[in-house]
Amino acid sequence: MNILVCLKQTFDTEERIVLENGHVKEDGVRFVINPYDEYAVEEALRIKEEHDGQVTLVSVGPTRFEEAIRTALAMGADEAVLGDDPALFGDEFTISKVLAAIISQRPYDLILAGNQAVDDGSGQVSVRLAEELGIPHISMATKVEVEGNKVTVHRDAEGDTEIVTGVLPMVITAQQGLNEPRYPSLIGIRKASKKPLTHVTVQDLKLSAEDLAGRINVLETYLPKPKEAGRVLSGELTDVVRELAEALHTTEKVV
Amino acid sequence: MGTDPIKLVQGGAFLIESSTPDDIFTPEDFTQEHRMIVETTRAFVDGEIRPNADTLEHQDWDLTVRLLHKAGELGLLAADVPEEYDGLGADKVTSALISENISRGGSFALSHGAHVGIGTLPIVFFGNEYQKKHYLPKLASGEWISAYALTEPGSGSDALGAKTTAKLTADGQFYVLNGTKQFITNSAFADVFIVYAKIDGEKFSAFIVERGYDGVSTGAEEKKMGIKASSTRSLILEDVQVPVKNLLGEPGRGHVIAFNILNIGRYKLAVGCVGGMKEVIQTTVKYAKSRKQFQTEIANFPLIQQKIADMNLRCYVTESMVYRSTGEIDRRLDAMGGHPDGRTVANAIAEYALECSVNKVYGSEALDFVADEGVQIHGGYGYVQEYYVEHAYRDSRVNRIFEGTNEINRLLIPDMLLRKAFKGELPLLQVAQGLQQELLGMMPMANTTEPLGVEDHILNMARKIFLFVGGTAVQKYMQNLKDEQEILADLADIITEVYALESALLRTKKALASGQEASLKVAMVEVYSREALSRIEGHAKAILAAMEEGDTLRTQLAVLRKLTRVEPINAKTQKRQIAQAVIAAERYLV
Repeated sequence: MNILVCLKQTFDTEERIVLENGHVKEDGVRFVINPYDEYAVEEALRIKEEHDGQVTLVSVGPTRFEEAIRTALAMGADEAVLGDDPALFGDEFTISKVLAAIISQRPYDLILAGNQAVDDGSGQVSVRLAEELGIPHISMATKVEVEGNKVTVHRDAEGDTEIVTGVLPMVITAQQGLNEPRYPSLIGIRKASKKPLTHVTVQDLKLSAEDLAGRINVLETYLPKPKEAGRVLSGELTDVVRELAEALHTTEKVV
Repeated sequence: MGTDPIKLVQGGAFLIESSTPDDIFTPEDFTQEHRMIVETTRAFVDGEIRPNADTLEHQDWDLTVRLLHKAGELGLLAADVPEEYDGLGADKVTSALISENISRGGSFALSHGAHVGIGTLPIVFFGNEYQKKHYLPKLASGEWISAYALTEPGSGSDALGAKTTAKLTADGQFYVLNGTKQFITNSAFADVFIVYAKIDGEKFSAFIVERGYDGVSTGAEEKKMGIKASSTRSLILEDVQVPVKNLLGEPGRGHVIAFNILNIGRYKLAVGCVGGMKEVIQTTVKYAKSRKQFQTEIANFPLIQQKIADMNLRCYVTESMVYRSTGEIDRRLDAMGGHPDGRTVANAIAEYALECSVNKVYGSEALDFVADEGVQIHGGYGYVQEYYVEHAYRDSRVNRIFEGTNEINRLLIPDMLLRKAFKGELPLLQVAQGLQQELLGMMPMANTTEPLGVEDHILNMARKIFLFVGGTAVQKYMQNLKDEQEILADLADIITEVYALESALLRTKKALASGQEASLKVAMVEVYSREALSRIEGHAKAILAAMEEGDTLRTQLAVLRKLTRVEPINAKTQKRQIAQAVIAAERYLV
């Protein structure tokens, strides 16, 4: 079975976000495999171990992504493709087009990915990817069973579990709790440096300027307001409700 | 310098010649593979060790053994074992990085360290083919755990004074061992012990003793001040029949094994101290940011910031030293090409025996300092067992005692240097004599136009101070210098300060030259170099005043003054800036 895993490198979740000239500062930051993608890698490896097959990582992003890719290779993935040509970078729309272009050049039965990235948290890329490839997807998987070309997935449906079945090829996105990712062993790390990592540029892919032009413009980047001490309203119930409604309207402007 | 791309520096040579930044290995030179191994080690510590910290402290040895097995599955026990014996045959930097990061998980690191270091390496370095094939794969995987038994109730620093005996049986099949070994790490569960005993009460030799042999037992668990997650017992040998094939190395050559293993134990200890310091800094800074007094985080107080800066500084310097030494060993091994045999590796490490001792003394005292200030910043909470820093403080203390007390190491440092000089391996005395004339003239001024020019100057002066007072001491006492322990210790401190300062300075220059952001490193070296010089001056004064008096002394002090003339910088402001960066990052920062 050919299993592809879409993988992104993100800030470690414990990193503090620092803005410098309107950009998120990356100096000295610790990067990790996007934790949701790590579940996808682990699941791919488990399926491979059970059914035999080949696990290929597919990624679009700067060359520093190589470190995350090597880590996933050290966990046991077999090879990797990285589109680290800046011409390929962009928003969710662009990235899913690029991933689709890379993926459609190779055989695949199952595509696994994280349900979202912890940095931008859009949760769009893999779903768009399925659409681009014209195959179904099941998102937020907490359990995946593969039998022949039949897939049974338990998915996290707003706290409930939904059991969905489908037929390969398809995209499945991983939710927290799907598995406990393994640590790459030292021998795995050593082998990883010898596994193939192919770099893809814009020339290698059949993409139009239209495909590469993102749909999102970032106007401003800013940090959330620091958390302030809460207010406890007290008094007559009707007064409290009125006060609360007013605060939500005028002070917090959330309704 | 020749045309060789990488220069091999002799052990101790830092005292007579300066190196260039490219001559040294620095943490900024870690490879991607190194960083990935760090990540795996950290994941192991975060996922397996920390959640079990309490249970480990309460000495659940089954758990310790299970975790060692898990470490083995990940390859964390295999770095130093050659590939042909199912190890990784990794470089020494890899093995150091594993030790450093395991040390962030408390005293489980002792169980790990005793196994992979002093427990396994004697076989790696000195085992014969049978011993390597039989033991190393099991030690690399963690199937068997190893321990090292040198110390005895009556012989600690005087290790060769061991009383344990070995006697060959009449049929020549076994050595019969009798004696007691003291303070044996991993003794509760080790399967294999490296035991030193004297054949016929004379020939000091090493043996591989299996726990299962008749007559092997251990004493009660010691109730220690700290490092409670590690097992420490005596090892009792009563008429233990050890097969002749388990004699390690040659009969009567056990001291070669013991001294080589001590070298490794020493630099590895310093590596562990770096891990310990980083952990204390991180915990303490987080605490200082969460603790409010007078309506503000205590991290905002300059006196707290000064401590944080000092802690970060010491860690930076130690880290620079230990990875420089480790990288030096790797370069020497690389230069040999292929797969050097165990003894060759041991010899490569022995070349840097002096640096191993220097790292040991500096690292253990730096960790003590950092742990102490960590407790202080925690205030009353630092004195309470619920807080990590209370453990760190108790755990730190033993580092100044084992692997050769810091006093023994201080005596060894000048001793090893002088041996090299007298053997003609290092032109120390020639350089010292050449200096005499120079000292009477004008001293060169610092080049203030170059970045770190003043710090370069300080380093050169520090080196001259050592050659000046060291040379004077050798001239005065000749062979009797060995009886002047106080002077030897002061000399050792100057040597250590020179190595520390040079390592941090060269690392900083290397980072600057590569275009990395290095402002924090520069600030740290600017502050540190001046403090180091004034400590060096203090040691030098003590030595001179102990040797001479009257006019001679006054002349010598005048020379010393010329060598210590450096304009101070505003360390107060510098340290505030260093601390603020560390506080913002909430961890050790370079």
